[in-house]
Amino acid sequence: MHAPDGFLEPSVAIITAVIALVAVSAGVRYAGRELGDRQVPLAGVAAAFIFAAQMVNFPVAAGTTGHLLGGALAAVLLGPWVGMLVVSVVVIVQAVLFADGGLTALGYNTINMAIVTAFGGWAAFVVLRKLMPRTSAGVVGAGAVAAGISVVLSAAAFSIEWLFGASAPVAFDTVFGAMVGVHVLIGIGEAVITGLVLSAVMASRSDLVRGAAHLSDDELNATSRVGFRPFVIGSVCAAVVVGVVVSQFAASNPDGLERVAIDNGFEESATDHALDSSWFSDYATAGISNESVSLAVAGVAGICITLLVGGGVVSASRSTRRRQTA
Amino acid sequence: MPGDSRMHRLSPEAKLVAVVAVVVVIAMTPRRETVAFALYALGAWAIIATTKIGLLTYLKRLSVIIPFVMFALIVPFIGGGESVYVLGVSLSVDGLWATWNILAKAGLGATMSIALSATTPVPELLHGMTRLKVPRLLVAIIAFMLRYIDVLVEQLGRMRRSMVARGHDPRWLWQVKPIASSAGALFVRSYERGERVHQAMLARGYTGVMPTVSEQRASTKEWLAVLLCPFGAALVLTVAVV
Repeated sequence: MHAPDGFLEPSVAIITAVIALVAVSAGVRYAGRELGDRQVPLAGVAAAFIFAAQMVNFPVAAGTTGHLLGGALAAVLLGPWVGMLVVSVVVIVQAVLFADGGLTALGYNTINMAIVTAFGGWAAFVVLRKLMPRTSAGVVGAGAVAAGISVVLSAAAFSIEWLFGASAPVAFDTVFGAMVGVHVLIGIGEAVITGLVLSAVMASRSDLVRGAAHLSDDELNATSRVGFRPFVIGSVCAAVVVGVVVSQFAASNPDGLERVAIDNGFEESATDHALDSSWFSDYATAGISNESVSLAVAGVAGICITLLVGGGVVSASRSTRRRQTA
Repeated sequence: MPGDSRMHRLSPEAKLVAVVAVVVVIAMTPRRETVAFALYALGAWAIIATTKIGLLTYLKRLSVIIPFVMFALIVPFIGGGESVYVLGVSLSVDGLWATWNILAKAGLGATMSIALSATTPVPELLHGMTRLKVPRLLVAIIAFMLRYIDVLVEQLGRMRRSMVARGHDPRWLWQVKPIASSAGALFVRSYERGERVHQAMLARGYTGVMPTVSEQRASTKEWLAVLLCPFGAALVLTVAVV
């Protein structure tokens, strides 16, 4: 998600930079109000934690790994303002010191990876925790699902920026479908990991979890514990449901447009059958129907490439490690 | 990265401003001005050469842009508009330009960032940011983050080693729990570390603002020398567009 320089048009880069600047300075102020003079050490060390947590590789399936993005986790642990500030700092440091994400892309990268994930994740969390039992497990479950949603929101935010500042002739529908589709999968991983990290923190220092501040001691100790396996199965089911709903929503639009275009194309080629121009109308339909097919192909190819490259790298590093230790 | 090239000796704030300005000019350049991009590339590589960081280090650090380059390579196949045939495959002309645009700008932008970060020690860069009036609280938070990244990564490494020593070797998502628990433990430890550091700072007279050590500001001569780069780039852009 660390977009490089020139990925979106300069106008979008400037507008998003201004928005990000305002949000981050508001974050500094509100976080300062919350943390007082503890702000510098606590936010600094929390940012280092998010940075380190992003380096932890989690297994996904035979040899494939994923890592935490952490925006929603930071918001649930530290509150939305501190969480947003902390993840913004991580994004800024990655761009300035590690060349990871372009300097002119800092505006939209900060919005997508810090602001949308922290506030979107927090909003989802606040709604979800009302639906869940008032227990530790309820907070963990709400945090997990909110983390999954935050990743999808981040992908949607990127697609919307693409709508305004696309640097390539790829339709919004295509980008939206592909980004959201892939990120539903990433979101499942994010949800599982966030839930597990949260439950570990809740088990030892629930007083540190900002999102559990509304619970009394009795509610924290209530033993309506959800087992690990039911939790994973439940969250995967929820993600699949969300995925199906979102993809329907994403797919309905291009479907409609394409149907119209195809109908027109058919009409033209039917009436002007003898003319050369029908050749062109054929082409137009071919081009458009091709786009939807190629969207699917691109999506599947992307997933395959990721799986293959990830699997290859991991198995390679695995075998060298084995050899070194042997 | 330690070193003693001309780039290393320049003042950090001047370098930071110059790099940002150059990257902005590059990002604004219309994609079809290939000559301008060629000139930028020559300039950027000349700068990298003066840093003496070595080709391998440069390429290694450049590899962070690969995921988006992969996306850029897909664009001609899925892009709309007029198309050309290359070896029997239909490619979108606008899509090819978009690929070029992303490759050129991402590559040049990353190159300039590398030139900056490879030649400027972190504390100096942070001092430079303070002198550029970046809010001091933000700079202080960044400084703390950078100070503790290594500590936390080492702590994670220790936890991981102790898990591996006990026969831990997860391959599937449902084996993820121990790693996630250790990340949770890391959060608790980090937070408690933050609190301890805060108390230690209070004991040493911390008032909520980090004291600044006054250091030499960039001289006018340095500013002029460094700002030649963005001005040169802007000149190339103007000539190319007009």
